[in-house]
Parts: sequence; structure tokens; C-alpha cells
Amino acid sequence: MSETTVARPEAPLTPPPGRPANRLKLGRLRDLALIPPIIALLVIGYLIKPDVFLSQSYLVDTVLKYQSELALVVLAEALVLIVGKFDLSLESVVGIAPAVAIFLVVGDTSVLGAPWPAWTVLPVAIVFGATIGAFNGLLIVRFKLSAFIVTLAVLIALRGLQLAIVGGATISDLANRIPVIDNLGSLRFATIPISIWIVILAFGVGLVVLGYTRVGRSLYAVGGNPDAARAAGIRVERTIWLTLVVAGALAALAGVMLSARLGSVAAAQGNGMIFTVFAAAVIGGISLDGGKGSLIGALCGVVLLGLIQNVLTLAQVKADQIQAVNGIVILVALLLARLTSGKAQD
Amino acid sequence: MTGTPVVEATGVAKRFGATVALADGRLRVQPGETHALVGRNGAGKSTLVGVLTGLLRPDAGEVRFGGEPAPAPGDRAAWRRQVACVYQKPSVVPELSVAENLFLHRQPRGRFGLLSSRLLRHGATELLEEWAVHVDPGLPARELSVEQRQLVEIAGALSLGARFVILDEPTAQLEGRAIARLFDRLRALREQGITFLFISHHLPEIYEICQRVTVFRDARYVLDADVATLGRDELVAAMIGEARGLVDVGADRQQVPDDAEPALELAGVAGVDLTVRRGEIVGVAGSAVSGKRELAEAVVGLRPRSGTVHVDGRRIRPGDVPAALRAGIGYLPGDRDADGFVPGLSVAENATMTIADRLGPAGFVLPSRRTGRARTMIADLDVHTSGPDQLVSELSGGNAQKVVMARALAGDPKVLVLVQPTAGVDVRSKESLLGAVDRETRSDRAALLVSDELDDLRLCDRVVVMVGGRIVAEHGRGWSEAELVAEIEGVDGPVGPDEGETDV
Repeated sequence: MSETTVARPEAPLTPPPGRPANRLKLGRLRDLALIPPIIALLVIGYLIKPDVFLSQSYLVDTVLKYQSELALVVLAEALVLIVGKFDLSLESVVGIAPAVAIFLVVGDTSVLGAPWPAWTVLPVAIVFGATIGAFNGLLIVRFKLSAFIVTLAVLIALRGLQLAIVGGATISDLANRIPVIDNLGSLRFATIPISIWIVILAFGVGLVVLGYTRVGRSLYAVGGNPDAARAAGIRVERTIWLTLVVAGALAALAGVMLSARLGSVAAAQGNGMIFTVFAAAVIGGISLDGGKGSLIGALCGVVLLGLIQNVLTLAQVKADQIQAVNGIVILVALLLARLTSGKAQD
Repeated sequence: MTGTPVVEATGVAKRFGATVALADGRLRVQPGETHALVGRNGAGKSTLVGVLTGLLRPDAGEVRFGGEPAPAPGDRAAWRRQVACVYQKPSVVPELSVAENLFLHRQPRGRFGLLSSRLLRHGATELLEEWAVHVDPGLPARELSVEQRQLVEIAGALSLGARFVILDEPTAQLEGRAIARLFDRLRALREQGITFLFISHHLPEIYEICQRVTVFRDARYVLDADVATLGRDELVAAMIGEARGLVDVGADRQQVPDDAEPALELAGVAGVDLTVRRGEIVGVAGSAVSGKRELAEAVVGLRPRSGTVHVDGRRIRPGDVPAALRAGIGYLPGDRDADGFVPGLSVAENATMTIADRLGPAGFVLPSRRTGRARTMIADLDVHTSGPDQLVSELSGGNAQKVVMARALAGDPKVLVLVQPTAGVDVRSKESLLGAVDRETRSDRAALLVSDELDDLRLCDRVVVMVGGRIVAEHGRGWSEAELVAEIEGVDGPVGPDEGETDV
């Protein structure tokens, strides 16, 4: 119910000089809130292992390369979170999409006319991932089911399917059998592995789309207030659906990259990854309530988590304790991110 | 009837930020009377109810129950012994049974201190019988009718010791015979010594069951009188006040010629036929349950609808908002916080949301172009903001509403569909918002203005009144306020079995 307001003469607010500029800078700063802890970790890493830590071979080939698949899944989850939904099934797509595509090429089967030519691995995996996203969208958008539960169920189902395909073992020695996998796993441009280039490209495209296109901006509107977005003529359901499809495709690409790096598809590929994905996204300032967050922040979250893990290893935390310590460090990182951004986390 | 009043509120004031919800609330209810509290939207009734039930802490003023000071703000149990309120929205837990709801968190314990369903059922049956509420205590609360639910809530409140019950628009969702039954029960309870504060938008009901009436207007108490000695005209006059003014926009508008081309034609849309011609503002007045807002939402495609809508002669598809906007409708939703703007986005982004496709090539949005457009809009509508990049959530209500208005105007629409465009904004913002509507409709553009604010309606070239989803009256300029309010509130409406109460 509306309440009466009193005639309050509002002084015409001429913006104080310099204020908008300051605001903009502040906004950017919030995106970069994780830079200080990242620098701190670099310093700590250097202090622990001065001889290797700050070398290109260590930072690129040990730290970043191992984060490239995570980064793509975080990008996918960030898009879904910004549009105001959830997708837990992304981690199972990381496993199942390459498993299906590779199985059709090298598997001991003749379904669907297998064996398929080796070049189909990447497109088949991506189409498969997108299809999972579309299926999630069907249940979430059309049947209006809770995104959390839908994607949890899909996650469980796909895990089971993957076990059935891979059969509890591991499809290995892929590099010699599938050229695409070999290339993804070993090619370098300008001494940087191709997987890192893919991440850079994906985030670059993501930044442009989210910041400077109509579709990208509508993600924020839909996540921020779906009713207002609908009243402004945005096709809310279509936007959510599209986001889920893109997220599925990105997760599938991440899965192929992971298989390429390992040269195999394990039955448990991607297992447990979603927790780290959420941690990285939230540390990076993506709101679980939707409509808020930037990809720069999300990327910083990924780098931060990668550094934490490596510093813990370097500090010779025992392998059986590293997970517990990792969880605590994530909590601390969340706390720090909360303090530096100065806003309540949702 | 004199003596210590059951409840007495004096000088109650409450503000929410810059909004004064209640400036001077006064109320005096004698034991055993059914006391009406009336006032138009925003008069401060809900705020007073919040203060009387202890849910809102007043900034100033005092509330006394039976001569004693009100309980401490946090002592909910003490408040509930003094006063109970039956709201329009159910306050029962739908999945629990009637008995469980009645004894929520005070369930009778049986052996070993465990809850006993037998004792619970027994207690509930007794309680319902005591107040003659004929409902099976084992029934899940969600299966109760509105009427039964209200009676159960009243019985529950009385069992807590309260003898003063606030009924917040209890008849709004009831049909005629249920209202009659409810009134019989209220009369019976009154004879048992229960005091009621009865809030209603429906004036005939006040004459039917209330003895005294208190009128609020513009966040202030204006009148307290015996119902028997107060004429309906006086009551309506007290509700709308005489000294209007300040807002005097569009007084010099030209008469739109009868043969002007139609800009918006509705045929059989939820049973409504209406034509808005170019250069014309047509007001749609009606109460909250009249279906006026639903009509507007159906026109822009937010709701499914029957019938046809033509904009500038082109038929638009039902249920398709983007198509409606493309066809030339500029829409301002009725509740800016719910569906008006995206709080976490900037002024520029909110204002240009409907025209994002015109801010760059091939689906790209160029920030410089967006900011440029936004600056023009900010200047045109006099939005007080630190700049296009400020978040809309940081603006005052009036300025946020100007941003929503800017969005409606952004696409250079042929027809504006505006729902409560000045709800909850201060007088100056009201003037600039209505001024914008006036200015923008002086040439070819038409507007459908859905509102129950007289200031909004005064701007209109024509006003139609909706009751129960139907248009019941039409006025040209120069309508009388008393007549219009009477029609909106249903004073002279058809007194039939359902009095046009049902929502569509």
C-alpha cells in the first residue's frame, strides 16, 4: 500500500564535481578487490620457494594450466548465477560430455554408427553439454521446477550414466588415438598452453557480451528483477534458457580440455568440482541472489583459489590434510572478500 | 457509551525514511462498539494498525489499552492479550489443522510432557464451540473458506484474552451472503462484549454494522463521529478533503475532437470495450479490486486475455510484452518496487531498458550512447540523481518513478499505459510526472492512465470508472469528486448479492 509523502523540497542536486568519476573508479575497484590477496599469495609463494615460484614455467604450467577447466566452469556458473538461477549439474557435464563424445569415437560399441571420426569429439561434446543445458531449461523454465533440485537430480543421473559408459575404469591413452585431444593437451601459442588461451578468449568474449550487448545486459536485468525485466519487454524465460544452454556448452568444453590435459576420461571426472566453482564465483563477488557480479571478479576468484592450493602444496601441507585446510582457507577468503568489498554477501 | 476507552491513541506519528506514513494518528474506541476506520489509500490506516498491534514502534504519540500504557514493544504475548488483528492475508499455517493453528506453540501437553492430539482436539472443539464457530478442528487450514478462516482467527485471538479485534478489510474477498453471515457473527460477538475496529473501503458496510467512525486523510486524523449522525456526503467529503490544489496540471488541455483517430482500441478485453483517441488521456478509476490494474496488464501482454487490442489500427498479439511494446505501447507498471525497475542497475540502464536495441549496431550496447540518452531523459524529466551511473535503488521514490516513466517514454510510444504513476511520491515529483504525461500527449500520443488518485484523474480528458471488472460510468472533464469517489467506493453501486466485490 502506498503511503503519503510530505512535500519535501528537494534541492536540485547538481552532482558535486568529480563524484561520478569517483563512483566509477570505486565500481572498478570492487571488481579488483581480490588483487591484494592474490599479490599477497604471490609474495608468500615466493618466500617459500624463491627459486621457482615466480618463474613463468611454474606460474603458467603449474598454477594456471590446472585452473583453466575450473575457470571455464566458473564462467558458466557465473552466467547462470547472474541470471538468477543455479546449475549444479555443470560438474557432471564436465565428465559426461567428453565421455560420450570420446566413447563414440574409440569405444567398443556400434551404437549410432560408432566408431565416429575423431574430429567429432569437440562438437559432439559441446552439443551434448548444450543439450543438457536445454533439458535443465525445459524443467526450470517451462515446468517451473526449482533450479537447485532439478540440476541436483540431473547431476546424479549423469554421474550414473557416466559410470555406465566408462564402466568404472578409465578410458586412457587418448592423446595417441584422437588428434584433437592431443592438440588441446599439448599445443602452445607464444609459449602459453592453448587451454589458457581458450580461457582468455572465453572470458574476453564473456566480458564484451555481458557488458556491451543487449543480451548480456538483459542477464543482469532478469537476475536483478525478473518482473521488471518482463514489463520492460525482455523475454525472461528465453534469456534464462539461453544462459543454461551456453553454460552447458562451456562446461562441456571444459570437460574436453580436462580430458585432453589428463589424456583420459576417468569415471569420476569433474566429481566434486562444483563446490570449488561456487566458492570461486562467490569469492569473486557473484551474488547467489542473481543480478550482481562481474566476470573479472569471477576470474580473480579462480586465480586466488589456484594460488591457495599451490601455496598449500609448497608449504608441505600433507595431502590428506590439504582438503580440510583448503576449506578453511576458502572461508577466510570469503571473509576477506566480504571485508574488502564492504557489502553483505548474498 | 462512555467510560475508559478500550484503546486510545493520541498524536501517533511514524515515518519511513523520507515518507511520512502517519503524521497525527488519533483513535478512541469505547468498549463494546464496532468502530470504523476509513480513509483513502495512503491515509495512514495500515500504519495505525501496525502501531496498535505493536508491530510498528511509533516515532511519537501514545497508545493506551483500557487506560493502561501499551505493553513494551518486544512483549508480543502482552500485546496479543490486548489486541488481535485479522488481516486480509491469511495468518494461519495452511498445512496444519485448525486445532494445531489455534494452539500454535501453546499445545496442551499430556503424559510425559508430550503433546497429546486428543487434548488438542478437545481444547480446539471447546474453543470453537465457545465462540460458535462451526468448523471441524481436524480440517487442514488451507481447506477453510475465507469466511471460516477469519472466524477461526477471531476465535484464536479471543482465546488469548484479547477483547479488542481489528478487522482489516474483512469483506474484500467475500461475496454478499458471506458478508451478511459475517456481520451476523460480528453483531453476536459484540453482544458478548467484544470490541471491533472495522476497516473497509466499502462505505455502506460501515452504516450497516458500525456505531462510530474515525476518518483519516493524508496521514492525519480528521474526524470522529457517530455513524448515525454523519451523512454519506459528509463522510465522503471528510475522506477526500476540500482544499485540493497544488497539483493543477493540464487544466488548459484542448478538447479532443470526436473524429480524432483512435490510438488504442480495446474490444472485449476481459469484458471491457474502450477507445483512446490520439492526443487523449483516458483515466481508468476504480478500487484495488476493481480489475483496473489487471486490465492494463492484459493490454501490455503481462496477462492472458480475451478480446482484441489495436494500437494505431494494428492488432497486437495477446500475452506478448515485446510485441506490445514494439507496436507502440509505453508501459509504466503499477508498483515500481515490484516490477518497475531493477534496483541493482544504474539509472541509465533502467531508463534505456526498453530501447537497448537502438543503442548500437547488431545487438551491441554502446555505453556512451546509453549515457547520452540517459542524460537527455534525466534532464527532460528532472530526475534528481548524481548521474546516469547512480543505482536506481539509491534514489528517492519520486525520482525512481521518474526513471520508470522515462523508460515508458523511451521508445517514442504511440500510447502510454500508466498504472498508478504517482503512487507514493511527493507532491513535487507528482507535478513533474503528471506534467510529463500532459506534455507528451499534447500532439499525437495517447495515454491510458489507470489510477485511483484524484490528482491523476483530474489530468484526464475522460475518466471511466471500473467496478468488479466492468466499466460502470464515464465522465468528461469537470466531474465532481464526491460523485467519482462514491462510484469508486461503491456507495451508489448496485446493492446486489455480490456488490461487485469479486476480483476478475
